[in-house]
Order: sequence, then C-alpha cells, then structure tokens
Amino acid sequence: MELVVSLAIGVLAGSGVWLLLRPRTFQVTIGLALLSYAVNLFIFSTGGLRIGADAILGRGEVGTLAAFTDPVPQALVLTAIVIGFATTALLLVVLLAARGLTGTDHVDGRERER
Amino acid sequence: MIAWTDHLVIAPIVVPMLAGAATVIAGNGRRRLLAGLGLASTVLLVLLSAMLLVTADAPGVRIYRLGDWPVSFGIVLVLDRLSAMMVALASVLGFAAFVFSLARWHRAGAHFHPLFQFQLMGLNGAFLTGDLFNLFVFFEAMLAASYGMALHGSGTARVRAGLHYIVINLLASLLFLIGVSVVYGIAGTLNMADLAARVADIAAEDRALLEAGLAVLGIAFLIKAAMWPLGFWLPGTYAAASAPAAAILSILSKVGIYAVLRIWLLLFGDGAGSSAAFGATALTAGGLLTVAFGAVAVLASQNLARLAGASVLVSSGTLLAAIGMGQAAVTGGALLYLAGSVLAIGALFLLVELVERGRDIGADVLAVTREAFGTGEHEEDGEPGERDAIGVPIPATVATLGVSFLACALLIAGLPPLSGFLAKFAILSPLFAPGGGAPRPLAWVLAAALILSGLATVVAMVRAGMDAFWASPAGRPQRVSIVEFLPVALLLALCVALTVGAGPALDYTTAAAEALHVPANYLRGVLGTPEDGR
Repeated sequence: MELVVSLAIGVLAGSGVWLLLRPRTFQVTIGLALLSYAVNLFIFSTGGLRIGADAILGRGEVGTLAAFTDPVPQALVLTAIVIGFATTALLLVVLLAARGLTGTDHVDGRERER
Repeated sequence: MIAWTDHLVIAPIVVPMLAGAATVIAGNGRRRLLAGLGLASTVLLVLLSAMLLVTADAPGVRIYRLGDWPVSFGIVLVLDRLSAMMVALASVLGFAAFVFSLARWHRAGAHFHPLFQFQLMGLNGAFLTGDLFNLFVFFEAMLAASYGMALHGSGTARVRAGLHYIVINLLASLLFLIGVSVVYGIAGTLNMADLAARVADIAAEDRALLEAGLAVLGIAFLIKAAMWPLGFWLPGTYAAASAPAAAILSILSKVGIYAVLRIWLLLFGDGAGSSAAFGATALTAGGLLTVAFGAVAVLASQNLARLAGASVLVSSGTLLAAIGMGQAAVTGGALLYLAGSVLAIGALFLLVELVERGRDIGADVLAVTREAFGTGEHEEDGEPGERDAIGVPIPATVATLGVSFLACALLIAGLPPLSGFLAKFAILSPLFAPGGGAPRPLAWVLAAALILSGLATVVAMVRAGMDAFWASPAGRPQRVSIVEFLPVALLLALCVALTVGAGPALDYTTAAAEALHVPANYLRGVLGTPEDGR
C-alpha cells in the first residue's frame, strides 16, 4: 500500500509541477490543484497508513497505537483541503479577471512575440 | 478562573475578526457605518497592542490556552516581547493605512473593509500563535485577505501582478504544508515549544529528514520574506497595489522574517544538539545576496513605487543577514531596524501615492532615460524671462511632502540623525566589539553590504526626490487632504520617537533577542514545570 500511495503522490506532484511551468493560466491552476492533492495525500500519509483502524476512541476504550490511527494528520488534511479549495476558487476568479482585462490567457498578460 | 487581563492576549485577533464580520453584515452601501467600525477596530487595536507591549516587557512569557486545553493537546497563543512588538507594529501600520484609505481608496472597490480587518486578524494571529499548524492557518487568513487587498482598485496592472502573487504564494503554502507534515511525522508534535524541547532527542537517522522538513518550511517563509532568489515577485506586486494595501503588504514580508526568527532560533539554538545553528550560513549568504539584488533594484527603479518595493528587498536582506550572524546583540539591533523600517517603508508607500498624484505617468521613466543617455535635458522652455527671474515657487503641499520624503529617505538609507542609522549601527557595533576577538570576515562583508546598500538608496532617492519635487512643473497643484497626510506624519513621528527613545527601544529589542537566543524561559512558560502541569 505504501508503494501505491507514494507512486500516486509522485505522479500527482510531477504532473502538477509540469503544469505549473506552462504558460497558460488554466494549466497553472490545474497544476496547483494537482500539487495540492499530492500534498494532501502526503500529509495524510505522515500519520502512518492503516486500513480499517479508528481515529477516535469509543466510550471507555483505552487507546493504543497498535489499534488506532493518528487523528492529527486527518484533522490537518481536512483544514488543508478546505483552505486549498478556497484559495483555488479565488485564483479562478482572478484568472477570469485577467483573461477579461488583458484579452489573453498567458500568465504574463501578453503573448510571446514570435 | 483566570483574570480578565489574561484574555487580552487573544484580543488582537478577536477585535478585527468581529469588526470584519460586522462590516460584512453591514454591506457595501453604508459607508459611514463601515468607516466608523473600521476606525473603532483599528484604534482599539492600537490601544490593546500598547497595553500588550507594556505587559510583555518582563522576563517570561504569557500564554493563552484556547479552550483551556492542556498545552500538549490544544493550541496556545504565546505573548513575548517579540510578538508584542510585531503586533504593535501591525496595529500602528493598520491604523495609519486605514485612516489614509478613508480619503478615497476605501471607495475604490467592493469589500475593502472586511478584507482590511481580516488582514489585520491574520497578521496578529501569525505573530501570536505558538503552534506550527495554527501559524499556517493564520498565514492563509492573512494571505487570502492580501490577495483581495493587492487587487483592490482593479485594473490590468494589478490583476496581472496579483495573479503572479497569488500563484507564488499558493505554491509557498504547499511547501509550508509539506514542511509541517514532515515535522509532525518525525517529532510527533506541532507545538513550537514542545518541538524545541524534543529536537535534541531526535534519533540520528531521523535528524536529516527533520532538517529537510524544516528547510522546506524555511523556504516557504523566505518566499514571503522575499529572499533572493525567491523574491522576484515582490517589487512588481507592491508597486502595482494601491497605497494603503501596499503599506500593509510591507509588513507582510516581515511576517516571513518573524517566522524565520522565531522558529529558527527556537529549534536550532544552542540546545538543539548536533543541529545547532543549522542553515546559519545559508541565511546570511541569502540575506547578503538579497541586499545586493535589492540595492541594484533600487538604483534601477524607474518610478517611486518600484523604488519603495525594492527598498523592502533591501530591508529584508539586511534583516536576514543580521539574523544569520547568530548573535543576540546583533539580533537586537536587527529588531530595532525592523521596527524602524516597517514604519518608514509604510510611510513611503503612502507618500508615493500622494507625490505621484499630480504627475504625468511616465515622467519618471523619461527622467531616468534622459539621465542615462544625456539627451534633451536642456530644452528651452519657450518663455523665459519672468519665471527665471523669480524662480518657481514651491507650493506648501509640495514642500510638506518633500520634507516627509526627505525623512523617509534618511530613515530607509540609514543616514544620521534618524533611527535607521542608529539601528544599522546597533547591528554592526556588536560584530566589531573590542574584546570579542578579531571580527569574522563575514562581519566585514555585512558592514560593506549595509553601507553600500545605504549609498544606493541615497542615490536613488535623491534622484527620485529631485525629479518629483524640484523638476516637476508647478502648474498643477496637488490636492492632498489632511486625512491623507496625517497617517504619513504619524508614522514618521513614531520613527522620530524611535530615534529619541532609541536607548529604551534598543534595551527592549535586545532583551527580546536574548530571550529568543536562550529560549529556556519560553519553553518553561509554554510547557510549564511538571508541578503546575495539568
């Protein structure tokens, strides 16, 4: 499972970085979104990867690390997802404004001279 | 039961948050109500931060446990000398920028007031928090508001620069997250004090990973602080932003410096075992390169706004280089420099807008080009005679602005008699103190960098000032309302106060720096002794 998750993070991050270096604003936005997926998966994985383990104690239970998974990375990733989502939405608005004002979707606001 | 004064620590976050929420509810239409709410909040913040500044000037730290959770589970806010000073600077700058905006800028676009308040909330939160992930949350709150503020007033230039600013900062936030999660994965805690206590005991095989995580975190902070080569976004964005937004943005870059200062000294101080002073050389070298790049950028600036942006780079570089020297006395001087430069650069950004108002766009570019190529300087005016005999009278407004500009130039370039000079002197003198052995070679480099960057700033500001105040046609009088000039005067008066009271101020910053370099009090204050642990 570790291999699958790390491959997924690697592929997402790699594609994200590649798209981030492209000249069109939409590609940059998608690149940032992919990178943030990679980072979110990465945060999630820092608590250790477990299948079927609870993160919250039941009534009267005593937690042991063997039976439970770490809840903190899950809380962190939830916050990171929400913040990433909001800022990406904001970036989309600015992208549209830039497209409308400059008349091009190049990140520098003008096409490269040929 | 805790006394009501203990709640003061969280007040600088709660006040702007409530004011921001109230301005959202009040809507965009009721301008008087909005202005009143904003003014009340900023004035209250100034008073609160003054109180905190006084109470923080004591050994030990004050903590505020959110929800009264024990420190190891909950999030804490920590007030020490450094955070109180930063909150005070943010509040004063916020007040000045807000008063300035009341003249016209707050009408230039929707949602100015809520964004402004949330910006202050994010700033104060970032300065007060004692938790790494909470720092991320406040960073994001601050940045999200700053995206809106940077775009305030709209227009092609702002949107184009704003797009770059947002993309770069989103990337920095992702790096921040990677760093935080690596640190959590290795150390198992996000509380800064707890982290500092555990750093020395990290197993040798994990240490490299922890250092890598913290280095990634450091890059996220240094993008904010605009260290070379991570700071190319800064001059363009700051120059394009509207005046009050740019004034607030100028303290945003200091948040990066603050975070580096706080976390680096806490985690890699003398108590860090084999990780002590990790990355010091990188900080100093990066700072020196930033100073060099900033000095060139200052000289190359073709208008006042870019000049102000470039001087942010110089001040960031100076601070990083001084912090990287790793001496408490030097850091104390650097903190004094930080206070002075935040106020002076804030005043300069406000002033730039007032000066540029009555001028033709592109006049600066022409002036610089003329100077460089030496053409067309002495064109005949057409009607000499009367004008030549009397000379062109300088209107009172221009004269007042000119004096303020001169004060800004002295402060930013670090010339005597104002506080910029005293602060640079306070940075350099411990490096060459007698009895401390021969000064390090790096000390000479830093001294040269500080002096040469000061020279570059003087040259550039004199050129810009001559062009703006002496060479501009007197035909069109500028209209500057008193509401717009007062904040500039206030910020400059504070700089003068910092000069007159440089002794006590330096004592304060040196005490703050010593507490940062020996964080035992911080750790004891946050984590508590075993007896009073809960």
